[in-house]
Amino acid sequence: MSSEVTTQDLLSIEGLSIVYEVDGETTYAVNDLNLSLKPGETLGLIGETGAGKTTTALGIMGLVPSPPGRIASGKVVFAGEDLLQLPEEQMRRVRGKKISMIFQDPMTSLNPVMTVGEQIAEVILIHEGVSRKESVRKAGEMLEMVGIPAARAGDYPHQFSGGMKQRVVIAIALACNPDLLIADEPTTALDVTIQAQVLDLMKALKTRYNTAMILITHDLGVVAQVCDKVAIMYAGEVVESGDIRDVYENTRHPYTKGLFDSIPDLDHTVGRLKPIKGMMPDPTDLPSGCKFHPRCPDAVASCATTMPEAVTTEAGHIARCLILKPMAEPSNRVQG
Amino acid sequence: MSQEMTLALNETSAEATRAAPKKRSQWLEVWHRLKRNKMAMAGLVILSLVVLAAVFADLIADYETVVIAQNLSDRLQGPSAQYWLGTDEFGRDIFARIIHGARVSLMVGVLSVAIAIALGGSLGAVAGYYGGKLDNYIMRVMDIFLAVPSILLAIAIVSALGASLMNLMFAIAISSVPTYARVVRASVLTVRDQEFIEAARAIGGSDARIIFRHIIPNCLSPVIVQGALGVAGAILSTAGLSFIGLGIQPPEPEWGAMLSGGRQYLRHAWHVTTFPGLTIMITILALNLLGDGLRDALDPRLKH
Repeated sequence: MSSEVTTQDLLSIEGLSIVYEVDGETTYAVNDLNLSLKPGETLGLIGETGAGKTTTALGIMGLVPSPPGRIASGKVVFAGEDLLQLPEEQMRRVRGKKISMIFQDPMTSLNPVMTVGEQIAEVILIHEGVSRKESVRKAGEMLEMVGIPAARAGDYPHQFSGGMKQRVVIAIALACNPDLLIADEPTTALDVTIQAQVLDLMKALKTRYNTAMILITHDLGVVAQVCDKVAIMYAGEVVESGDIRDVYENTRHPYTKGLFDSIPDLDHTVGRLKPIKGMMPDPTDLPSGCKFHPRCPDAVASCATTMPEAVTTEAGHIARCLILKPMAEPSNRVQG
Repeated sequence: MSQEMTLALNETSAEATRAAPKKRSQWLEVWHRLKRNKMAMAGLVILSLVVLAAVFADLIADYETVVIAQNLSDRLQGPSAQYWLGTDEFGRDIFARIIHGARVSLMVGVLSVAIAIALGGSLGAVAGYYGGKLDNYIMRVMDIFLAVPSILLAIAIVSALGASLMNLMFAIAISSVPTYARVVRASVLTVRDQEFIEAARAIGGSDARIIFRHIIPNCLSPVIVQGALGVAGAILSTAGLSFIGLGIQPPEPEWGAMLSGGRQYLRHAWHVTTFPGLTIMITILALNLLGDGLRDALDPRLKH
C-alpha cells in the first residue's frame, strides 16, 4: 500500500471556499475544503443534504453559476494545473474529456428531443474531432458497454426506464475516457435493485478504464461497496478523510462517529434510534470555531473559538478536531 | 469483474428487448395525435387545397390571357358555366383570380412569418439565455414595437418604402417580430434551468451549441402554434393593406384588393366582393383550426 506514496495526485483541492451572494446575504457553501485523489482511486464524498457536496463538484467543474456564486479562495489542481485559473475556453475542453460529471436525476439529465445515440455522439463530436459517422459508431459501442443494445441508439429518453437512462448518462460521461468522473448521487433517484446494477456497472467500467471517481452520496452503504477512500463533509468542509477501512473501523471525528451510530443495526433490536442531536447549521450564519461544536458530545471550551487544524496519521487518515491533537503522535499510537 | 459485467449485460439486454416499443419519433407522435382531431384535419385538408391551387395556378388558368386580360363586354356577370364564380368589373374570371391570388397570399403569409420567427426567435433566445441587461434592452425595444398597432406600423413601412411584394412581406414580418421574441424567450426561460442543460455544459458544450442544439429544439412547440396562427394573421394583414391600396398593386390578383375593387358594385353584383371575402374567411378558418389542433397535439402534458 505504501507504494502509492510516490504517485502524483490526480486532483488536489486546497483551501477551496465558495460562497453564494444573494440580496446582500452570503451563504458559505464550501469553507476551506481540502481533498486529494490519486489516478484510478475512488473517493466517496459523504455528507448530509446541505453540506456542500454538489457545490464542491460544481466548483471542480467550473460550473458554479457565476452571478450568485463566487469562488472566494483556493486552488483546484488537476493534473498539475489550477483549474480555477483556466479561461473558460480551455475549461470547456476539460469538461467531458478529462473530467466528467453525472447528475442526480436521470429523468431530467437527458435532452427529451434528442435520441440517446445523438447525445452520446455529441460529447464525442465535441472533443474527439472525428467524423459524424465515426461518432455514431462509437456511441453504439458505448451503449453496448453499459448493457444497452446498440440498436436502441435511435430511441428517445422517454422510451427508457430510470435505470437505463442512468446507464445512458454513464455512457455519455465515459465516452471520451476521462481521467476523473464525478458522480453526484447517481443512484439516489433509483430503487435499490437498480441501484445495485448501476453501481456494479460503474465499478466494472472504472476498473476497465482506470478512471478516478468521486462518488457523492449520503448513503454510507453505497460508499462501502464502491470506494477506496472516503471524505466526510460537514458545513462545507471535510472533517474526516482517509482509506475506507481505516475511517470505518478507526473513526476519529465525533461527527463521523455520530453518523455511524445513527445507522440502525440489523443484528440488535433497539428501542430508539440514535440521531445526532441538533441540526446542520444555517450556511448564512455558521458557528464560530469548529462548525460542529454546538452538536458535539465531546466538545470542550476551545472548540467554540478555535478552528481545528487537520490532524494526520501516518496512514493518511485526516480529521479536523481539536481534541485529537494529543493523539496524533505516531510513535505513541496504540492499536486497538 | 467480467462475470459481473456479463451478468449485468444479460439482464439488461433481456429487459431492453422486452421494453423496446416501435420506434416513434416525436413528430410521428404529434402527427398521430393531430389526426385524431377532426376539426384540425378539416383545416389541414382545406389548407392543402389552397396550397395545391397556388402550386398549380398556372395550369388551371393562364395568367396573361385569363387573369389580367380585361374583357369589358363580359363584365359583372354572375356565376355561369363559363365563369364559375362570375366576372369582376373588368370582365376577368373571378375563379381564376382567386386561384392566382392564393399564390400571393400564401407566399406573403408564410415568408413573413418565417422571417419574423427567425428574427424574433433569435432575439428572444438570446434575451432569455443571457438574461440581465441584454435581456432588458432587447425586450424593451420589443415593447416599443408592440406599442405601435401593427397595421399602422405596416402602413408606415410600406408608405415609406413603396408598395411592393417585398416591402409588404418586410412590413408584416417586422410587426410580428416582438410576438415571437416573447414566445421564444418564455420558452427559453423554462428550458434553461433544466438539468439536461447543465449536463450539456458539463460535457463541454459552448453557449452557441447549447442554445441552438439543446434549448431551441425544446422551444419549438409554442413557436409552431404561434406560427400557424401567424400565417392567418399575415394573410389578413395582406388583404387589409391591399384593400387600402398599400399592398399588391393592380392588375395582380390579391384577395383583399379584389374585395376592395368590388365594393362599389355590392348592390347588384355582390359576387365580385363576396367570393374573395369567403375565400379569405375559409383560409383563415382553416389555419386557425390547424393551429388549435397543433396546440393540443403538441401539449407536453399529454406526452408519454
